[in-house]
Amino acid sequence: MKQGIVGSSINRVGGLARVLGTQMYVADVKLPNMLHAKLVHLDCAHARVRSIDCREALKVEGVRAVLSAADLPRPIPRFGPTYQDRPILAEETTLFHGEPVAIVAAESEHAAEVAASRVKVDYQELPAICMVTQALDPSAELVQDPAIRGQGPFKNTNILDEWSFGWGDVENCRADTVIENTYTFPIVTQFAIEPFTFLAEPTADGITVYSAIQIPYGLQRILAAVLNLPLSRVRIIAPDPGGAFGGKQHPKLEPLLAYFALRLGRPLRLELTLAESFQQARRAAAEVRVRSGFNSDGTLVFQDIESNYLIGAYADIAARVVSKASYVAAGPYRVPNVRILARALLSHTPPSTAFRGFGAPQENWAVESQLDAAAKKLRLDRVDIRRKNLPGPGEVFMPHDPPADGDWAECLEKAAEAVGWGQPLPEGRGRGIAMGLKAGPTTAASYTIVRLHLDGSATLYSGTSDMGQGARTVFSQIVAEELGVALEQIAVVMGDTSVVPFDLQTSASRSTVVMGNAIIKACGDIKRQMAELAAECYGVAVDRIRVAPGMVHLPEGDHSFVEVLQDRFGRVKGEVIGVGSARNEYVKEHPLGGPPAFYEVVAIAAEVEVDRETGETEILKLIVAGDVGRAINPQAVSMQDEGAAVQGLGHSLMEQYILDAAGRIRNLGALDYRIPTTKDVPRELRSIHIENADGPGPYGAKGVAEGGILATAPAIGGAVEEAIGVRIRDLPLTPERIWTALNRPPLPD
Amino acid sequence: MSDRTIRISVTVNQQRREVEVEPCETLLEMLRGRLDLTGTKKCCGEGECGACTVIMDGRAVNSCIVLAAEADGSEVLTIEGLAAEGRPNSLQQAFLDSGAVQCGFCTPGMIMAAHYLLLNNPHPTEEEIREGLSGNLCRCTGYGKIVEAVQAAAESAAEPASKNRR
Repeated sequence: MKQGIVGSSINRVGGLARVLGTQMYVADVKLPNMLHAKLVHLDCAHARVRSIDCREALKVEGVRAVLSAADLPRPIPRFGPTYQDRPILAEETTLFHGEPVAIVAAESEHAAEVAASRVKVDYQELPAICMVTQALDPSAELVQDPAIRGQGPFKNTNILDEWSFGWGDVENCRADTVIENTYTFPIVTQFAIEPFTFLAEPTADGITVYSAIQIPYGLQRILAAVLNLPLSRVRIIAPDPGGAFGGKQHPKLEPLLAYFALRLGRPLRLELTLAESFQQARRAAAEVRVRSGFNSDGTLVFQDIESNYLIGAYADIAARVVSKASYVAAGPYRVPNVRILARALLSHTPPSTAFRGFGAPQENWAVESQLDAAAKKLRLDRVDIRRKNLPGPGEVFMPHDPPADGDWAECLEKAAEAVGWGQPLPEGRGRGIAMGLKAGPTTAASYTIVRLHLDGSATLYSGTSDMGQGARTVFSQIVAEELGVALEQIAVVMGDTSVVPFDLQTSASRSTVVMGNAIIKACGDIKRQMAELAAECYGVAVDRIRVAPGMVHLPEGDHSFVEVLQDRFGRVKGEVIGVGSARNEYVKEHPLGGPPAFYEVVAIAAEVEVDRETGETEILKLIVAGDVGRAINPQAVSMQDEGAAVQGLGHSLMEQYILDAAGRIRNLGALDYRIPTTKDVPRELRSIHIENADGPGPYGAKGVAEGGILATAPAIGGAVEEAIGVRIRDLPLTPERIWTALNRPPLPD
Repeated sequence: MSDRTIRISVTVNQQRREVEVEPCETLLEMLRGRLDLTGTKKCCGEGECGACTVIMDGRAVNSCIVLAAEADGSEVLTIEGLAAEGRPNSLQQAFLDSGAVQCGFCTPGMIMAAHYLLLNNPHPTEEEIREGLSGNLCRCTGYGKIVEAVQAAAESAAEPASKNRR
């Protein structure tokens, strides 16, 4: 029997193939007789297409077809995870830089590329809306045709939707001091190292689509709708993504490719360049105005938060990002009066989608910076002001939601201690600390199957996507713990809708908790059946049998699982199949459709050194202290925290899309869009786990994959402020911004 | 699309290969497309991310910006050539043990860059490791555990007795 598998840092399951170079990613899939596709898009954002001339393209040797809007049925099929607003190809008007107007299919990638460059598009460039102020201007041109907007109150505006949340009475409460500021957060991109690749293969009665999608069953649903096929005839094969971070959560070009492949009757492959990938997935920019009231002892009296998120030309999942993040915008604090207004604003920019933190980093940047501003004004320590306002375990902090589900003050204390809070600092250095909170999953549905084979080995089937977070590892540990199967004898099957049972999605750091609970139930189902088998086989009443991991205890002695299976099934053979599921139902009355299953809460602390001559910031220490419930694999938790924190370092210091006035992205690709390298990250990068086994997942676990990114920016912003004496409220904190701030008189708070 | 292809001779992972390539074809395209060595990954396609790093004639190169024709007569080592009989070498094992592998897409290039670093500098300082890997982007790990892995590999090479230590 295996003991202590849970809580041990076993190596990543699937790691071996990755270090050997044998791991199969979607770009490595080759299909017999396949054609290669290339997109045709314009070097501008908003344009009216007058005509598309494919004659020269079709002359290129090896070209088989070019598909443009003229070849599509009207209305052009549209899709999306929440709003069906995105056309599979632009219908006469492009709305963002990179939106395809045509697609070429050829016998080779090179021929497709040459042909795509020869498709002549006659178009007129139009003015673009690419800033919050423009999108809010009631006289601005509408990004989306009201005809596709449904019946909402905002259909004749650029507001996709608007949300109001809150409690108490912000208008009539009394605070000793009020601080008001506006904070901005730029457009940044997930930049998974694996660019998007898709393959579509027509089959005798349907289609198979290959995509490194985080939600295979979501893609299946959308393709079935676009292609008018039953779910059973749409097979999604989703190899483990080479990084996703939310960017691969929802379908992008799969509907177009599948549609084209069916027309061609041949398998079709589309590999995007990294630059094109940047045009398919990015985080919403945000402007967050916060008015905060405090008593002179630092007690929070109110938070009045108005968040305007600049989403793209189509909704993707942005509405959910905005509503879910803004709902908890006041953070992990006891705030008696809260008013939140949030808007998702359409613009002529690529559709914004899920990105680790799901809108929360934008809110946390603003609200945590306000706590620093209050500490400064009230001459309080920045740790003290947070400690004063944090709820204790079990304390209600949002009136209609679950209470604080962990020891959040412990996160704060541990992070402060680790960064050396209060110790003397040399000139030019500073420290910062911030809390981050994100609501975990609200609705959920995960189904799983575990097969216990005759030799005692086991196969687990799960619709979760292992995109690097290590779901295969954690799931293997759970099966090993529950069934007493050695880790080397467990296989985990994922990523094929014809094989794995339904899973709602891999998102919101849910899989350890939700799929994990389903796996526990499936293992329980196996144990129950093992008791029944032993009862039949050995003629003992079931109620006298006790099943432990790997072992059946009978009054007259113990039998291993293998003995029971072989004794019962004999030469005819067989196996035991356990099924399990975990669901969190939709709650109509709850603003989010259900209370969060857990809160993801962290404290992040940073120490920085700023070069006053150049404005450059070096991060010396970055500490993440997360309330994780239980670390089923401590190393995997640290891997998530460290990676998330450095991703946060990216949007804190260097990452941003640079748009021109017409909405063209001027820094597409790795050369011009910088992400952290080995030389940008701190020598001291640490993850501290607060473990009180108080989560809803297996063994008391909570989700952990996003915490490290939630409050990196305010922690670094606070550290930079301590180093240079100036608070900068616009991200990223580039050398130019810091140098400029240093060379002009500081503004009063 | 050219009228003529070029015949090159290249030794890949100690195996001599005769390959017909297009004049504009990159080494990366040749490795992945013609030799089915898909362990080498394509990301940026412009020599900035290091995902396609291989060793060519003893130098670490971004195979996305080397023409296949330039590799004529060269010796190339890819990730597939590091392991012996499917078993990871000490560097690959160190990546596993240190938790330096998450999604794994940057991993082959990262390991090849680290391999090159250790060939030329078997006992690098932390600073030298950070410098040596600065051309390889990773979006999952935050790099800390990658640096630890390279340190561990360098140490295990220095102490043969502890080589089998996990």
